[in-house]
Amino acid sequence: MYRFLIRRILGAVVILLIISAVTFFLFFAIPRDPARLACGKLCTPESLEIVRHNMGIDEPVFLQYWHWLTAIFTGRDFTYGHCDAPCLGYSFVNQEPIFNAIVDRFPTTLSLTIGAAVVFLFFGVGAGMVAAARQGRALDKIASSASLLGASMQIYFVGVLATWILVDQTQILQRPTYHDFTANPVAWASGLLLPWLVLSIIFTANYTRMTRSSMVEQLSEDYVRTARAKGMSTRTVFLRFAWRGSMGPIVTIFGVDLGVLLGGAIITEQTFSLHGIGELSIKAVENQDLPMLLGVVLVSATAIVLFNIVVDAVYAFIDPRVRLN
Amino acid sequence: MTMPVPAASDTSVDPGADQKAHTPETVGRSPGRLMWLRFRRDRVGVISAVVVILFFLVGIFAPLISAAYGNDPYTQYGQETPGLLNDFGYPILPNGGISDQFWFGLEPGLGRDVFMMLVYGIRTSLLIAAAATLLTALIGVVVGITAGYAGGKTDYLIGRIIDILLSFPSTLFFIAFMPVVESLFVSPEEETPTWLRAVSLITVLTLFGWATIARLLRGQVLSLREREFVEAARVSGASPARIVFKELLPNLWTPIIIQSTLLLPAFVTAEAGLSFLGVGIVEPTPDWGRMIQRGAEVYRDDITFLIFPGVAMVIFVLAFNLLGDSVRDALDPKTRR
Repeated sequence: MYRFLIRRILGAVVILLIISAVTFFLFFAIPRDPARLACGKLCTPESLEIVRHNMGIDEPVFLQYWHWLTAIFTGRDFTYGHCDAPCLGYSFVNQEPIFNAIVDRFPTTLSLTIGAAVVFLFFGVGAGMVAAARQGRALDKIASSASLLGASMQIYFVGVLATWILVDQTQILQRPTYHDFTANPVAWASGLLLPWLVLSIIFTANYTRMTRSSMVEQLSEDYVRTARAKGMSTRTVFLRFAWRGSMGPIVTIFGVDLGVLLGGAIITEQTFSLHGIGELSIKAVENQDLPMLLGVVLVSATAIVLFNIVVDAVYAFIDPRVRLN
Repeated sequence: MTMPVPAASDTSVDPGADQKAHTPETVGRSPGRLMWLRFRRDRVGVISAVVVILFFLVGIFAPLISAAYGNDPYTQYGQETPGLLNDFGYPILPNGGISDQFWFGLEPGLGRDVFMMLVYGIRTSLLIAAAATLLTALIGVVVGITAGYAGGKTDYLIGRIIDILLSFPSTLFFIAFMPVVESLFVSPEEETPTWLRAVSLITVLTLFGWATIARLLRGQVLSLREREFVEAARVSGASPARIVFKELLPNLWTPIIIQSTLLLPAFVTAEAGLSFLGVGIVEPTPDWGRMIQRGAEVYRDDITFLIFPGVAMVIFVLAFNLLGDSVRDALDPKTRR
C-alpha cells in the first residue's frame, strides 16, 4: 500500500512539474512581449521597466523558470519587497505576492466545494440507488428523466434564474455571500445555500446516472446471484453487496469533480459573485496578469492531481485487486 | 471477416423488429440499415433528432429567416425608434418588449431584436462547436489508434501526454490561454477581430478535448488488436494501413459517433460559458453565452432577456443528449442504460 502511494505521489510531482513548465513556457516564451502582458492594460513605461527587470526577461527562459521554481521553496526578492517561502511569484497588477492572494480566496472556494459535494453526493447516489432498485418502474423513469434534464442545465442560466426566483421574488433564500465559518457557522451555511443547491442540480444528474448504471451492472453479477441464492434478504444484498461493488466508478468521478471544483468553480463563482479562486483567475485574465494566472493554474492542477491520488488510494482500499497491478 | 461487431449485433435486435425482419426481401441488411431500423422505432430519439435538425436548419438559413421576419440582429431598434425603450434602457412593453414586430422582445440597453440575436447566435455556437468537434474527433481518432496499434514506447508516451492533459484545470486554462493565443496574432493594444476569437476558441477547445476520445479509442484498439480477424489479416500479409483502415476503423465507428454526439453539446455549452465569462466571442457578433451574461446583469429588471437564450440552450443540449442516448442504443443495442 505504501509503495503504491509513494509511486503515485512521485508520478504526481512529475506531472505537476511538467504542467508548471508547459504553462510557464506558454505564457512567457510565446507572447512577443510577456512583460507588457504581465504589466496589465494600464501600464506606464516606468512600471513596464520594473516588471521587465523583476521578471528577468533578459535572462534565458529556462533560467527564468528555474528562478520561479526555486522561489516556491526558498522565497524570492522583488523590487516591491520580499516574497516568502511558498512564493508563486508576484502580481504586478495587484501588488501582492500571489500565494497570499490565493490563500485569501481559498476558504470561499473550499466552502463552496464541500457544501455542494455533500448535497450532490447524497442526492445523486440516493436517487441512483432508488432508480436501480425500482428498475423500469415509475420512480426509475422519474429519476432518469430528472437527471437527464439536470445534466442539460447550465449553471450560468439556472444559477441566475434560481437567484431571481428564490432571492429576488420570494426572498426564501439569502443572496449568496461568504461568511467565515469559524466566526458564524449559521451565516456561513445560509449564505452559501443557494450556490450549493444550484451546483447540486447540475452535478446530481451525473451521479444518479452513474450510480444507477453501476448498480444495475452489479446486480447482474454472479456474486449477487449467489448471495440471493443463499437466501439473503433483498435489502442486505442490495445495501451490503451490490452497493459496495458499485461505488468504484462513483469514487472516481467524485475525486475528479472535487479536484475541478477546488481548482476554482469559475463559472459558479462568477454567477453568484463569490470571491474565490475562480473569480481571482477571471480578474487575472481581465487584467492580463500572467504571473497570477500561472499561480492559479498550478494550485488548481495540484488540487486535481491530489484528488486523483486520493481516489486511487480509496480505490485500492475498496478493491484490493487494484494494489496488485 | 472485416466487420464482426455489427454482424454479431444482428442477433440482438429485439423480437419486435425480427417479426418484420423475417419477410423475404430483408435478408441482406447492412449494419447501417439495421441501425436506422432500430433508431426509427425510438420515438424520443426521432423527436430529438427533429429538434436538433431544426436548430441546424435555423442556423444555416438565418439570413432567409431574417429577410422573412423583417429585422436583423445588428440594428439597434430601441435606439433608433423612440417609444420602444424607457429612460433606463428597458423595454416599455411588458415581458421584455414582446410585440408582433419583435417576437421575443428587445435587448435592454442597445435595443436589438432578441429573436434575431438568438437565430444568429445558433450560427456562432454551432459553427464553433462543430469545427471543434470535427477537429477533436479527428485528432483523437488518429492519436488513439496510433497509440493502441503501435503499442510499446509510443503508447507509453502518448498515455503520459494524455494523463498530463487531463490533469490541466481545463476551464481555467481555456480562459487563461485565450489571451496567449491571441497575443500570437495581435499586440495587447489592438482590437481582436471576431474570426480570430473564433479560431482561438476552437483551438483551446480542441487542445483539451482530444485526450478523452484518444484514451477511449486506444483501449478499444488494444482489445481489437488481439482479435482473430486482425491476426488473420496480419498473417495473410495485410499492410498496417489496410489493417487500420479496413479492419480496425469499421469497428470503431460506433464509439467515435457516440463520443462526437456527446462532444458537440459539451462544446456548445463550453463556448457559451467562456462568452459568459467574457473571454469568448466579442460584440457585435450574436452569441448565446454573451446574451446570458447580459441577461445575468439585467435579470432583476428584465428577466425575459435571460429566459430566451437560457431556455433555448437547455432545449438544444437536452435534445442533443437524448439524441446521443438514442444513437448509442441504435448503434450498440448490447449496452444497457
